[in-house]
Amino acid sequence: MKKKMTCIACPQGCQLEVEVEGGYVVSVAGAKCKKGEPYARQEIENPQRILTTTVLTQGLEMKTAPVRTSAPIPRDKLFPAMREIEKVRLKRKAKVGDVVIKDLLGTGADLMTTREVF
Amino acid sequence: MIKRDLVIVGAGPAGMAAALAAHDAGVKDILLLDRDQYLGGILNQCIHTGFGLQYFKEELTGPEYAERFIERVRKASGIEVSLQTFVVNLTKDKVLTCLKPGAMLEIKAKALIMATGCRERTREMIFVPGSRPAGIFPAGLAQKLINIEGLMPGNEVVIIGSGDIGLIMARRFTLEGARVKAVIEIESKTRGLVRNVVQCLEDFDIPLYFRHKVSEICGQDRVEKVRVVEVDDGYREKPGTEFEITCDTVLVSVGLIPENEIIELAGVYDVNNIEVPGLFVCGNSFKVYDLVDSVTRDSEKAGKLAAEYLGSLK
Amino acid sequence: MSLKRYDVLIIGGGVTGVSIARELSRYRLSIGLLEKEAELAFGVSKSNSGIVHPGTHNPPDSLKGRLCVEGNWLMREVARDLGVHFEEVGELVVIFKEEERKELLRIKKDAEILGVPGVRIVDRAWLDEHEPNLNSRAIAALYAPTAGIISPYRLVYDLAENAKKNWVEIHTSHQVTGITRKDDFEVCTDQGVFRSRYVINAAGLFADEIANMAGITDIKIVPWKGEEFMLDKKKTGLTRQLLFPLPTPHSKGTLFIRTSDGNPMIGPTSYEARSKTDLSTTEKGLNEVLKNVRRLVPSVNKGDIIAYFAGLRPKAGNDFIIRHEGSVPGFVNVAGIQSPGLTAAPAIALMVVDLLRKNGLELRKSPTFQKHRQPTEHLFAIPFSRTKKLIKQDSAYADIVCRCEMVSAKEVRDAIKRGARTMDGIKFRTRAQAGRCHGGFCTTRLMKILSQELGVPVSEVTKRGKGSEMVKKERGGK
Repeated sequence: MKKKMTCIACPQGCQLEVEVEGGYVVSVAGAKCKKGEPYARQEIENPQRILTTTVLTQGLEMKTAPVRTSAPIPRDKLFPAMREIEKVRLKRKAKVGDVVIKDLLGTGADLMTTREVF
Repeated sequence: MIKRDLVIVGAGPAGMAAALAAHDAGVKDILLLDRDQYLGGILNQCIHTGFGLQYFKEELTGPEYAERFIERVRKASGIEVSLQTFVVNLTKDKVLTCLKPGAMLEIKAKALIMATGCRERTREMIFVPGSRPAGIFPAGLAQKLINIEGLMPGNEVVIIGSGDIGLIMARRFTLEGARVKAVIEIESKTRGLVRNVVQCLEDFDIPLYFRHKVSEICGQDRVEKVRVVEVDDGYREKPGTEFEITCDTVLVSVGLIPENEIIELAGVYDVNNIEVPGLFVCGNSFKVYDLVDSVTRDSEKAGKLAAEYLGSLK
Repeated sequence: MSLKRYDVLIIGGGVTGVSIARELSRYRLSIGLLEKEAELAFGVSKSNSGIVHPGTHNPPDSLKGRLCVEGNWLMREVARDLGVHFEEVGELVVIFKEEERKELLRIKKDAEILGVPGVRIVDRAWLDEHEPNLNSRAIAALYAPTAGIISPYRLVYDLAENAKKNWVEIHTSHQVTGITRKDDFEVCTDQGVFRSRYVINAAGLFADEIANMAGITDIKIVPWKGEEFMLDKKKTGLTRQLLFPLPTPHSKGTLFIRTSDGNPMIGPTSYEARSKTDLSTTEKGLNEVLKNVRRLVPSVNKGDIIAYFAGLRPKAGNDFIIRHEGSVPGFVNVAGIQSPGLTAAPAIALMVVDLLRKNGLELRKSPTFQKHRQPTEHLFAIPFSRTKKLIKQDSAYADIVCRCEMVSAKEVRDAIKRGARTMDGIKFRTRAQAGRCHGGFCTTRLMKILSQELGVPVSEVTKRGKGSEMVKKERGGK
């Protein structure tokens, strides 16, 4: 099966044509540099995203605290992760990089603050 | 009247970079003003990644990028920060009148750097016909409501314009459980970064309509639907192509305008041609940038120029 | 179970209803006012252009003409007493061809019969000196010096504040659903029944429906839409007088006017609206207004427009309908109050008081009537020396909420104390959200202040009343 996608490894945005069989990449055409193929492979076989969102606070001056995953997580875990994060209420002040949820949904990535929270 | 060597209006990435560069170049009397209650400017609400790839060779979120500079500004002994401070007047002699809770200040600056950022183009400026119900937001305001205030502006969203802020907000709304029904772009290609089209729209199957425009916003007290129509190369509506999208929220993401009202009070209408000696402009108030990394680089130059100017006065 | 019994109950909280209320508050009477929207001036008055007309453009035998001339004169004292800014700017009805002079002279004659002060024809030389940016192809104009400008909503709110101070009870968010009569009138609303000896119908677009409820069926209101376009404040000073073309039988034409807040304004269009709630602006309206106004001021272009809105004129035939109903004694209809309704309002109020007196209402002057109102101070309209003093009195004057229009938290809180309940209410009273960024910066802060002052969650703050909540919910909320 042929799939079309835009490579975003660099701002060039090459249009790739990817041959996919059984969920695996067989061939990649259209890449103008060697970043294209691994990008297409990752995107088809195991798409991952860094999740950024905000957690609600309780008893703090700031209403929300911006957070991110410490590493990309599987794309299909984004919504389940959001549901987990919705339950959190940050009750203590925090520094940049404080862990809010350790090993989010077993992905190995932590959810950490990206701002000083007061 | 207070006299300061260097006053910088705006403590977002531009103002902070300029302040630090001037400080590094030897200026030790710097007053850094901001109208908000914290440093960092717009970066505080830009919670997504994509910042710092060039400047730090890392992929950071907006707040993380800001924090790198906030830390240094706090440590710099020659930089005094004044928050919740509004500049209400500026003269050709670089005298600022400012209001902050409880006080009105007059400050004469030897050198002055304006780093006041930009504002968003609004629905009014792009002449979208129809009614004026609740539920229409410039994309940046929606971003602030969700990310800073913890509020959900709406549940079913149509976004006018494929600028980056609109794309980012398409993803943000979707992750928070809203349905983004369409992004409507009048040009034939996106105004935003390709990476945002992929990770904000394609990831969530949000349709992007090129060469389309919203021909009417409908709704009595709250947005109820929009009418969308295809346009030709001359932006004229193609008859027979009209369709409707039910929604309760319309986001407007059609560009940014440098915020130069203060500098205009001093008679400066062209930031490329400033005739007031010792007055500099940097960041988005100088021109609208795509990357904050470039803002930092250019604003450091402004800080250095200000330092050189002060040096030349001695 | 009735909530309250009044001597006079006014239905409608626009400039007409509130003017009548304030005028009646001079007397020892129990007065109530019902307004269906969340705030006063949210109906027809909201879209008023703020012109205080001299009285030209009216047939000499019309109520409109007589009451406009009288109102123009009375408005000055009203403005002084209430501390509302009124500015006399003059009006020019401009002609481009000699053939048009006959019509211009006819308008002048009608105006003279009505007693419009100081009308005279001015020539090209006068126009060059006094209106330099007017199209150089204009050959002459009718000059009426007594035209003025005022803020329509600030007028309504300040009238209401003064009326309340003089014991008028104002009930917003009260929609009248039926009117019956036992001895007194029983006016049913969605929030209870009010009894009153007299009822004044000043319900704007819905005056015919209210009249029907009282059994009067010969009034029919047709909503007539006017789209208006605000220009950037940078264009202030482009004109001095209010500029009119020669009128047509249907409308005054597309005008170039100044508003009290400083922005020039162009428009309006004039056509029948789809419904009494159709306030949509159109591409067609924009193009028509631009085309027409360029005849007056050629240098206007689309890029100067920063905001636009539409208003609906409550058209009931050609003239005001102001009458006591013989068939329903005690019921006074004040309907069809379209232009020059705002100008005529002080005179309409006097006429209504007179109708009441003639129909049995005893009017004894109240010795405690206070006619003055302390003017509201707006930071954007005062010198910095005064700002400094205000900050010493209250530090919240230096806490700026709206950057574009320089509005402080103190002014916003005061507006809420004086009756603002909604984001639009704050905008109309303080101008916060009316500047260049259209609320992009100040919206979140204003919502928080409203939430605090009204004691409601932020998710219940509305743009202009129930149904127009700003956001859908608080995240993580119930």
